[in-house]
Amino acid sequence: MFRLLIKHGTTLFVSLFGLTLLTFVLSQQGDEALHAYQSSSFIGQYFEYLQLLFAGDWGFSSIHNRPVLSDFLLHFPATIELVLLALLFAIIFGLTLGIMAANRRGKWLDNTLMGITLAGYSMPIYWWGMLLVLLFSLTLGWTPVAGRIDYIYDIQPVTRFMLIDSLISHSQYGMDAFFNALLHLVLPAITLSTIPMAIIARMTRSSLLGVLKAEYIRTARSKGLSQQRIVWVHALRNALIPILTISGVQISIIMSGVIITEYIFAWPGVGKWLLEAVSRRDFASIQAGILALSLLVIAFNLALDLLASYMNPRLRRPS
Amino acid sequence: MTLSNTKLAWQVFRRNKSAMTGSLILLIIVLMSLVGPWFAPHDPAQQFSDKILTPPLWYDNGEFLTPLGTDDLGRDMLSRLLHGARLSLKLTIMVVFAAAFIGILIGAAAAFLNSGLRTLLMRFMDLLLSLPSLLLAIAIVAIIGPGLPNAVYAVVIVLIPQFVKVTQGAISEELGKDYVMATRLDGAGHTRLLLHHVWPNIIPALIVQLTFSFSTALLDIAALGFLGLGAQPPIAEWGTMLSEARAFIQFAPWTMTLPGLAIFLTVLSINLVGDGLRDAFDPRLNR
Repeated sequence: MFRLLIKHGTTLFVSLFGLTLLTFVLSQQGDEALHAYQSSSFIGQYFEYLQLLFAGDWGFSSIHNRPVLSDFLLHFPATIELVLLALLFAIIFGLTLGIMAANRRGKWLDNTLMGITLAGYSMPIYWWGMLLVLLFSLTLGWTPVAGRIDYIYDIQPVTRFMLIDSLISHSQYGMDAFFNALLHLVLPAITLSTIPMAIIARMTRSSLLGVLKAEYIRTARSKGLSQQRIVWVHALRNALIPILTISGVQISIIMSGVIITEYIFAWPGVGKWLLEAVSRRDFASIQAGILALSLLVIAFNLALDLLASYMNPRLRRPS
Repeated sequence: MTLSNTKLAWQVFRRNKSAMTGSLILLIIVLMSLVGPWFAPHDPAQQFSDKILTPPLWYDNGEFLTPLGTDDLGRDMLSRLLHGARLSLKLTIMVVFAAAFIGILIGAAAAFLNSGLRTLLMRFMDLLLSLPSLLLAIAIVAIIGPGLPNAVYAVVIVLIPQFVKVTQGAISEELGKDYVMATRLDGAGHTRLLLHHVWPNIIPALIVQLTFSFSTALLDIAALGFLGLGAQPPIAEWGTMLSEARAFIQFAPWTMTLPGLAIFLTVLSINLVGDGLRDAFDPRLNR
């Protein structure tokens, strides 16, 4: 356990050092200095920058005239809402498709599903999002083109999660506002979930097929258990471990994807905010956005590593 | 990798239908990017002001001289797509080989470092790998400024860590094997060991990584173009063309569907080839 702590400790230390160095360099760009540093040396200024970060002072955006951290937090719930729904789609459909394919190994269903998932992970999502808009919004008229909710609804920002806020304003609009918000969320979430869903489906299939070859599965089969029970109860649990370990990659794919998705659907989250900051050369915001999103990914990966070593004792010994 | 191993891999690859289909599509795309610009009916930047947003041939009012239609400035889509193919493939190849060269050098050096330094270096690579690639690219573009060359540098930097990891992992695995010990006992130095004995055995892993990097690089360069951080508008680049088409999705869907289809087909065929290569080189599946 101690060696495990050391391993994760070094990872975390190197990560935070590298990351803050990058954002420090970012904060040095542009015409006006982010902070009035007392030190004149690079190293001295870097440590002052770290002190300010820990104190919660992430800089001030001269374009929005606000502290960048509060600006980031303002846009963050919209992103979280989109990411969580996309993750939910990806996990539910990815697992289902993967299990279906593994159950029908080599049959036409397996081949079809693998073809679809291959197309899924080769998909440029900036094109896929626009295709979905062309089909479902412009041709069929089922979903709105962009935004989080129609302007006729005057939703009070309480939690800034539109699904929750629209439910809070229930007395005013009934369920209409909620369904409207949900409808706005569907296309961006599908766009964002496509690649992770394809990867999860393929991983589930190959991992499950690997586990199904194990001796204990043969034992279960010889006990007379049904194929369904073997797959769902005995095999799936072990097959999920490798899927859990690649979730770190998934989250970084989703974070890249959310920037593009928000851009396509004019979704007012941190991705769109970050891109606007880049086009306006607002380095205070760029620096804060990249730092905050990266910290999130690092924290997620760390939690995942700990969870994986908790679930699989073989991983506890560092290599 | 001896000749017989290459032959064996080719035997497996040749029987893989989807991999062969992918190779065929990829071959056609590469050929089009090589000779296409000479056959392109028009200059990609030439604007026919009387033919703005002409639809492709399969529409009722399509015109024969602009078979895939024109965009919002009256530029011929076919010519722009063909020139875009050459640009995209050229950039992708440059990016991947630059990243592979740097990554393999670092990875090979890392395999022979002492364990403390190696851990530190590999943890740093883990950090770069765990960060969202687009976020990293945006950070780099923000520092050095938007534009095609800078976007290319950004994608090179984003791709390097994967090559470092694969190279270091493969070399470390080989170094633990008996034949390496035997060669060492024969008095071979690091360089000789690496170039003559270990290198041939890690080529398959590197080829597979190289193939998948092509699709990542193509997608990322186009993504930066789409977000306005890469190639800037007059340039016929697939991602930039998609970005320009955003405003015309409803009235001129072909300006959006065609460049995207080009990206999709190219990435799909590269991934098919990559999957096929991985299966062909993986000895566990060969049996």
